[in-house]
Amino acid sequence: MKNIIKLTALTLLVLIIAPAFAQNAKGKTGTFALTNATLETITNGTIQNGTLVISDGKITAVGTNVTIPQGAETIDCSGHILYPGMIDGGTRLGLVEVNSDPRTRDYSEIGEVIPQVHALTAINPNSALIPVTRVSGVTTSLAVPSGGLFPGTAALINLHGYTPDQMFAGFKAVILNFPTTAKRGRFDRRSEEDIKKASEKALKNLNDAWDKAVQYHKIDSAIKETKSKETLDYYPEMEALLPVVRGEMTLLLEVNAAKDIKSALSWIKGKELKVVFTGVSEGWRVAKELAEAKVPVITGPVLSTPTRAYDRYDRPYANAGAMQKAGVKVAIRTSNAENVRNLPYNAGFAATYGMGKEEALKAITIVPAEIFGVEDALGSLEVGKTANVVVADGDIFETKTQVKHVFIEGWQIPMSSRHTKLYDEFLERSPGAKK
Amino acid sequence: MIKNVAPIVLLFLVGNLYGQQKGSVLIKNGTVITVTQGIKENTDVYIKDGLIRKIGGGLSAPKDTKVIDATGLYVTPGIIDAHSHIALDAINEATSPVTSEVWTGDAVNPLDISIYRALAGGVTISHAMHGSANAIGGQCETIKHRYGTVDPDELKMAGAPRTIKFALGENPTRVHGSGNKILPRTRMGVEQVFRRSFSEAREYQQAWDTYNAKKDQKGFKGMPPKYDLRLKTLADVLAGDIIIHCHSYRSDEIYMLMNVCRDFGIKRLVFQHVNEGFKVAPELAEFGAMASVFSDWWAYKFEVYYSTAYNAAILTENGVVTSINSDSGELIRHLYHEAAKTQKYGGLSDDQAMAMITINPARQLGIEDRVGSLETGKEGDVAIFKNHPLSIYAIPMYTLVDGVVRFDRENDADDMRIYVDPEEKIEVTLAVSDSDTDRCMQDTEFLFKE
Repeated sequence: MKNIIKLTALTLLVLIIAPAFAQNAKGKTGTFALTNATLETITNGTIQNGTLVISDGKITAVGTNVTIPQGAETIDCSGHILYPGMIDGGTRLGLVEVNSDPRTRDYSEIGEVIPQVHALTAINPNSALIPVTRVSGVTTSLAVPSGGLFPGTAALINLHGYTPDQMFAGFKAVILNFPTTAKRGRFDRRSEEDIKKASEKALKNLNDAWDKAVQYHKIDSAIKETKSKETLDYYPEMEALLPVVRGEMTLLLEVNAAKDIKSALSWIKGKELKVVFTGVSEGWRVAKELAEAKVPVITGPVLSTPTRAYDRYDRPYANAGAMQKAGVKVAIRTSNAENVRNLPYNAGFAATYGMGKEEALKAITIVPAEIFGVEDALGSLEVGKTANVVVADGDIFETKTQVKHVFIEGWQIPMSSRHTKLYDEFLERSPGAKK
Repeated sequence: MIKNVAPIVLLFLVGNLYGQQKGSVLIKNGTVITVTQGIKENTDVYIKDGLIRKIGGGLSAPKDTKVIDATGLYVTPGIIDAHSHIALDAINEATSPVTSEVWTGDAVNPLDISIYRALAGGVTISHAMHGSANAIGGQCETIKHRYGTVDPDELKMAGAPRTIKFALGENPTRVHGSGNKILPRTRMGVEQVFRRSFSEAREYQQAWDTYNAKKDQKGFKGMPPKYDLRLKTLADVLAGDIIIHCHSYRSDEIYMLMNVCRDFGIKRLVFQHVNEGFKVAPELAEFGAMASVFSDWWAYKFEVYYSTAYNAAILTENGVVTSINSDSGELIRHLYHEAAKTQKYGGLSDDQAMAMITINPARQLGIEDRVGSLETGKEGDVAIFKNHPLSIYAIPMYTLVDGVVRFDRENDADDMRIYVDPEEKIEVTLAVSDSDTDRCMQDTEFLFKE
């Protein structure tokens, strides 16, 4: 009899629990109080034994003397450290699923001057790569198209939501791949002459396109000023470049070799641009010039090989720190898709090789937020900001540190991904070797 | 061309002397992570003529012995990478589904700056592998990073067991089935390449055995069988003289090769990449096959879409000897960091994580009696770190091969090339992420030209 009761109870329990396991867990919103934590606020130092309150998607309280609102779900974070969600300043996350399969690659459209194509359009909110990324504490990433001269418009996304608009984090920028005189990877077998020719041709194309855009801006302005009834012909690429030419929209200018960085600096001179240099792998060579020009930089991956055979082995590790010390505003990116989760390790290596912990942490939080003009919403633990909050059991740069909780726009994110699910299923496989 | 020969010959002679060098050094007062015998605080390691002679407190050495003060530093075995393609001028002989006759040892390039960069990450030994374009690829070479020599032979780890590269899945089927329109185009076909090749090798060996047994008999008139290096190599695999290192991803193909090997009596089997190894971990453990995996690479191609960074931990907990490899001239520079990811993904202990890049890859290459841990009598391959090697703040400070300091962070020049290409005019090569360019498939581009 006892057994039957037990069995019935068990069956009931299974019936109740089973549906919960049959589907993926969902995010949960509400009011949360994260208590007894160390708070790495980024902008206001470190707070010991503090509390952070999340409500309606925002951070509503930060400090040691915080009244926990009624009905809040309290999460004891003793021994844990709270960080703002990490921001990757340049990725393909959301734009590619399996890179070797062209059917899943959406980062590179056909055309040289196509700033009108939007990364946000092609973001796949249900990519398996996204949960893998966010459970490691990266909550926000810039999805960047690549390919031709102006390959499209990048978009900043928060890594939770079911439509691109639900994910959009308030920043877009036109990408420019600045003409390069360097080899593109070790499989680039073009001759010196071919590379030179290609670079010159690209620069000519760039200047042609830019001249047209300036012309387009002048005509458009004239029409508006004179309230003329004339209309402009349909040039979507020119329409997309308009706000860039007018300095209203950020231009992310990808450039890496020292010589090219110098050319880019003289190219932007005299143009009223809101410009950010990206890549900048040889930035340490021209750090002074970059600092003088006051151009912010998004650099990375930090974990990469030197650009020249004769360069010191640790130049890529030390590059971000060298630029930052010279006075350049530096954010760090992974340039990755499936392993954007390694952003804290890219920053960690930069920290170790000269940048220091504090600046390296800023380079993946408040600095990219400032560069993207979203510093009112992201990049630090401050009242009023969007509740992108990460709870870790130690230093977020340390490899063995575990991320315990992630909140994105106030939503508590399920701490599972393809990788954790496979671990749960296969650590002790059943059946094992014998069925 | 000729005008360049004289200095090269000169370099060759000098390099020979340098390459054979075995050093003596006393490493004082470090935290010694032996990997196999625990951690020893405030301990000295004495290496004489390339071999570890003593590990203990307060050791002394003859007056002229080089001394490294390791106070506050961590002393570990030299890191071993069981899957690499650095220091090679050629990687794929992709012209046939079976090319067991070729050997990467014939394409070793001691001038490759990647060797120095690996040393700067504490790596003293790497397995210079053939690529994965064919089901049965070429033989590989285990090299010691004696950077400074210009003689390819000086890099080779004399006495290391022979190894051969096999490959399963998308690469061999893409190259031959799709690229060349010959078998294999499917995972079914790949199995048949192995079964046919092993059967032919067995017949070949039987023919030679028969001939050798009869040739000295009175009145024997037969001819010796035709010598075939391709089949002879495979016969050596069947005899257990060559370790198979097989590029693999999906669990079904991994399981297939274990079945094939079982049928042919082959026991020495190491799977490379083996992203879905965790799905057949009990079977791998039962077979005694080993696994050399990436720390976290996935999703760059379809056959690694259903994988997990917890692979190494699951394999380890199921009793499979597992290592973390690089397959990349970039990743090889921070394998200590890659090993630490087994702590993030699966909570392995410090010892288990360190074993992933030291004694375990040594076992997979069959050199565990000589290297892979700090023990008296083993070879003097050592890495010395500021901060714990599994910490993100670790900085390799010195790397020693056979007791010779080959990397010294404080004292090495920035430019460590030993060869300057006079033809090279473009100095800057921008890094392209390795997952975009599968090095395992280098030299196969010609097969895919439209």
